[in-house]
Amino acid sequence: MRLSAVTGRRFLKNRLAASGLAAVAVLIAVSALAPFIAPYEPTAIDIANVLSPPSAAHPLGTDELGRDVLSRMIWGGRVSLKVGFVAVGIAIFIGMLIGSVAGFYGGRTDAALMRFVDIMLAFPTFFLILAVIAILEPSIFTIMAVIGVTSWMDVARLVRAEFLTLKERDFVLAAKASGAGDKRVIFRHILPNALSPVFVAATFGVAGAILVESGLSFLGLGVQPPNPSWGNILTAGKDNIEVAWWLSLYPGLAILITVLSYNLVGEGLRDALDPRLWEAGSE
Amino acid sequence: MLIYISKRLLLMVPLIFGITLITFIVIHLAPGGPVEVQTEMSLKTSAQARENLKRLYGLDKPVHIQYLEWLKRFAMLDFGKSFVDGRRVTDKILERVPITLIINVLSLLLILLIAIPLGVISATRQYSVFDKVSTVFVFVGYSTPTFWLALLLMLLFGVYWGVLPISGFESIDVSGMNRLERLMDWGRHLILPVGVSAFGGIAGISRYTRSSMLEVIKQDYIRTARAKGLPESEVIMRHAFRNALMPIVTILGLSIPGLIGGGVIFETIFAIPGMGQLFYSSTMSRDYPTIMGVLVIGAVLTLIGNLVADISYALIDPRIRVRDKG
Repeated sequence: MRLSAVTGRRFLKNRLAASGLAAVAVLIAVSALAPFIAPYEPTAIDIANVLSPPSAAHPLGTDELGRDVLSRMIWGGRVSLKVGFVAVGIAIFIGMLIGSVAGFYGGRTDAALMRFVDIMLAFPTFFLILAVIAILEPSIFTIMAVIGVTSWMDVARLVRAEFLTLKERDFVLAAKASGAGDKRVIFRHILPNALSPVFVAATFGVAGAILVESGLSFLGLGVQPPNPSWGNILTAGKDNIEVAWWLSLYPGLAILITVLSYNLVGEGLRDALDPRLWEAGSE
Repeated sequence: MLIYISKRLLLMVPLIFGITLITFIVIHLAPGGPVEVQTEMSLKTSAQARENLKRLYGLDKPVHIQYLEWLKRFAMLDFGKSFVDGRRVTDKILERVPITLIINVLSLLLILLIAIPLGVISATRQYSVFDKVSTVFVFVGYSTPTFWLALLLMLLFGVYWGVLPISGFESIDVSGMNRLERLMDWGRHLILPVGVSAFGGIAGISRYTRSSMLEVIKQDYIRTARAKGLPESEVIMRHAFRNALMPIVTILGLSIPGLIGGGVIFETIFAIPGMGQLFYSSTMSRDYPTIMGVLVIGAVLTLIGNLVADISYALIDPRIRVRDKG
């Protein structure tokens, strides 16, 4: 408990990390309240107001079908967050499973699983993701699953490294000596102690997943219109680049701010959890 | 050294097998296999074509035999014929590889030229204004979607200022140019794509350079170098930088799949006929033989990149050199 209190205090002292966390909180709140905040229906077509520049009625302008860009961005943020969290959840689950088994059992199991990690890392991630989406239908569920299944490798390596040092420690030997089975030792005794780097990786993971989702949606392989997402508004921006700068500017800014906030939180979390930096601070 | 390289080469063999196996599995995830999806997608596919496809994949045989036969053809670089235009996939990929390689090599150079000085200066002046500004740049650079950056640059340079071409690899009238003009033309077309492709890497690598330098500067031998009265520039460049460079070489190797994969987005945006764009168009048309080919070639290029990084690491790290001599 004391440890987490120290971590929390160290985290909040870091101004960048704290502002990142505040931004994340605002983004989550806006997404949760999308139906109440968005001034228009995100899919409401208004042929009279096609591609109108930002104005009082439409603060961020309208797209090629006269839909309100602000409303679409608010709803699009919901999609991005959903994809980010679910994809990272999948990645963490697979990564923890493979990392713990490899680190705990060592030997041939470890070697085989780590070769598998190497193989997965050899594929340019975007190629692998695109190939799977080409086969399955592109939809929000497909992207969540595919991003999760192609991004667990870092987590596996981190968890394995933690296991390699933790499994030699006295409390693990004590648990084994008192007759706890492998499953119990892995999940009840070692894993809870190996979670700090996983939290950090998860935070960076959300940022990465949002970037990938927006990229896929931009290419037309992610969230499908008329459902809004930051990526597919930017596709409209590209198609109308000569006439409608607002379609290219604002959604990208939203992605940048979101991803930046998660990265700042991740960085702050990493520093706060790193005991090597504790003495260096003012404490 | 030779022993080291051959060891590394041997280690690549199981990895290449794994890559082909995963590629094979991914393609066979398709419900009903590749042929069903292909014929379902285009109703024009005749019974004859369907038969050809079945023969191509040997789908009448058990799965492991199918894999082995595919592997045998892969070993001879035969990925079959494209569903789209009937050309050999190998030819289609090979004509794209040089363009992708040129862009990747240029962006790697750009990354090195900008990121390493940036990281070194940041580290030697930790917490200075320069360090703080470059840290902010790193965070923003890390978080910027490259396709958005590409859009903004197209908007500025192409639409508003009209100074750079925003699409393609060469101008339409390229055949009428002499060699110098042609080179200039390529250069103008490459500025934006290479810049966009390098952007994220610059942020990442300068960060690594900074932390690697900070780590090295704390070492005893740096204090010794200073204590014996060497000028600071000598300490930084000769003693610190050369040691800090080693982890960076590895990171550069690891960034190759990202560069190649990122090509899908910026090559598509800038309409550059590289591997990324080929991959995107074959994904859109579900051209399975091409998808499989590019997937395998992309992964193998990554392995080669990592191998080059490992070898250069060994070349600059005396510990590995000496250990192998003994």
